Amino acid sequence: MPAEAGPRPEVATGRDVVVSVLGFARTLRHAGTAASPDRVAAMLSAVAHLDVLDPAAVYWAGRLTLCGSPDDLGRYDAAFTAWFSGEVPRARTAVVPARQRVVRSAPLETGSGSPDGEEPSDLATRASGAELLRHRDVGELTAAERDQLRRLFALLAPPTPMRPSRRRRPAPHGSVHLGRTVRGALRDGGEVTRLVHHRARPRPRRVVLLIDVSGSMTPYADALLRFAHAAVRARPASTEVFTIGTRLTRVTRELRLRDPDRALAAGGQAIPDWSGGTRIGEVLKAFLDRWGQRGTARGAVVVVCSDGWERGGAELLGEQMARLRRLAHAVVWVNPHKGRPGYEPRAAGMVAALPSVDAFVSGHSLAAFEELVDVIEHVPATRRRPGRPQQEETGACGRTPSSSSLASSGRASGRRQRGSVG
Amino acid sequence: MRTGGARARWTAAGRWDAAAVNQFTDPAGVAAALEATGYLPDEGLATAAYLALALHRPLFLEGEAGVGKTALAHALAEVTGRPLYRLQCYEGLEASSALYDWDFGRQLLHLRAAEAAGTATDPAALEAGLYDRRFLLARPLLQALEDSPAVLLIDEVDRADDEFEAFLLEVLSDFTITIPELGTVRAQTPPLVLLTSNRTREVHDALKRRCLYHWLEHPDFAREVAILRRRLPEVTETLARQVARATARLRTLDLLKPPGVAEAMDWAGALHALGARELDPDTAARTLGAVLKYREDGDRVRAFEPGVLFGAG
Repeated sequence: MPAEAGPRPEVATGRDVVVSVLGFARTLRHAGTAASPDRVAAMLSAVAHLDVLDPAAVYWAGRLTLCGSPDDLGRYDAAFTAWFSGEVPRARTAVVPARQRVVRSAPLETGSGSPDGEEPSDLATRASGAELLRHRDVGELTAAERDQLRRLFALLAPPTPMRPSRRRRPAPHGSVHLGRTVRGALRDGGEVTRLVHHRARPRPRRVVLLIDVSGSMTPYADALLRFAHAAVRARPASTEVFTIGTRLTRVTRELRLRDPDRALAAGGQAIPDWSGGTRIGEVLKAFLDRWGQRGTARGAVVVVCSDGWERGGAELLGEQMARLRRLAHAVVWVNPHKGRPGYEPRAAGMVAALPSVDAFVSGHSLAAFEELVDVIEHVPATRRRPGRPQQEETGACGRTPSSSSLASSGRASGRRQRGSVG
Repeated sequence: MRTGGARARWTAAGRWDAAAVNQFTDPAGVAAALEATGYLPDEGLATAAYLALALHRPLFLEGEAGVGKTALAHALAEVTGRPLYRLQCYEGLEASSALYDWDFGRQLLHLRAAEAAGTATDPAALEAGLYDRRFLLARPLLQALEDSPAVLLIDEVDRADDEFEAFLLEVLSDFTITIPELGTVRAQTPPLVLLTSNRTREVHDALKRRCLYHWLEHPDFAREVAILRRRLPEVTETLARQVARATARLRTLDLLKPPGVAEAMDWAGALHALGARELDPDTAARTLGAVLKYREDGDRVRAFEPGVLFGAG
């Protein structure tokens, strides 16, 4: 680039650097990294302090200013090679239309309802329809019924388990707040007339949802993601959502969009392994390595939504579940098949996972989701004996907390439903 | 304002003198200076440190535990001859323990003393006297701005909560702290700020955008040997090479906690303390607790043929 400069080389070089850096930033944005204008400005000032003709210096100037997480580094390297070796910037490989994917997740025509979804005429039938829908299996609904259920989902009160925090707030009892007490005393001429107290304020506990989007879960994935959307919208800061299948995908960011359909479309676009196979054990390990052990799972309520069909080895799943349980406050497993009469946990993965599960619930109908809300909010962490490794407890289902202790759903469901449909 | 005098004194700051701020002219200079203190940076890290000094931008360091994030701050403080102020973050960290606090006990005493001496006639003057600099307790962030130029280490910022990040934004963007009763404190020379994170939580973009971002990798073999030799001169060359090689192999094993440089140093130190001059499988097995911090990792490593991991080859 600078070699082509004519009579005024230094000016031309300066301009070439700006043009080149801007082009590079555009390449990087195409590659999916947020190289915002202020970051680009930072790169330009960094380059100004270094040797422009040294490729390594330019590389580091860009990497230090344009990247913001380890995920960006691979993309940065690829874009750097592409741009500075003279290749043309290309757009990201064509994205499959997202909506299509979400629709594919709900291909349900097996139900018995009317396919056109005739609107019930009066309010009474609407209400009773809603009541019926609440207990129907999500996997067997018609498109019209699903649509109605979607509106019901919007009314679901999302779960917010609480934990004590180290932040304090004014309270009638508790320890004395020295600063405020003295400030009050100063008002009264230095006489301490009143002690001001404060105490720990509860904060929402983190909720992590791991949703299986493999082929066997297809009928339920849409409903589960809607549930996740409701949870993320209610507590954006303390909710994390990942999808599991053949790989791990974080969809928290996508689900923060307000409109559920748009959020799900964005989520569908982000998930590369929709309706694929399942390797829960491996993916769970990836989650724990990359996020869980660092803190995402620590002290959180972790909800695994899966049918437990595992292509990989069940031992790995059992091992990783034990690891998850040591990190998490409580582990909830949601299996839509549990709602079927006569269900027994027979899938090898399910059997391996159950010893490390604090609550085992079904997630096949809206009523079941209401129960799930209640479980997430109040799940008691069945405390483990200290010092004994979990793997030695091979008693499979013997220790499994049955849902009977948790099934206060009948009581809870009425309360959770705010208002009627319409 | 009643604190007019103090305010004028505190905000009287001219433009930053670039030459006084940064004594280095290129990244190689920083690298050489760091090496002289015993910290061996690679090219990327030296560039990052140089740019942090030249651009007055905070440096945001991420990487596995034990790759030398905190050690870099100590080394940079030594290199630049600046005092180091360290703020360890934790959940619930508040302005009163990070920025400043008023010494309430002394304020009350001051009031009583004024009363006893009978000088408490003018309430306004008395109150103004209460919010004087001498009753202010400076915490690390304020200390780093007052004792300028300084190195400020904000360690494990991911452990603090969102509320705290909001405090940091003002401090890191213009290096000022506003104390309502007293005025605005501004650093004469911007401090060299290092933030470290272990990624237990995603730090907010608004904070990251103000920083240079650097991801620290484990050092390569030659560099790790050099670090071990430099930090532990009493350890033999053979032992250092063997420990570095074994540590590198352990990192490929997909462990729960792959050992960092810090663990390699602990290990070499432990082996030396036992009188080992070379790494043999038996001593290695006995000192494994210095490198591996999970029972599962220990089991996994012991399952291997001893020669495979700790052999001289």
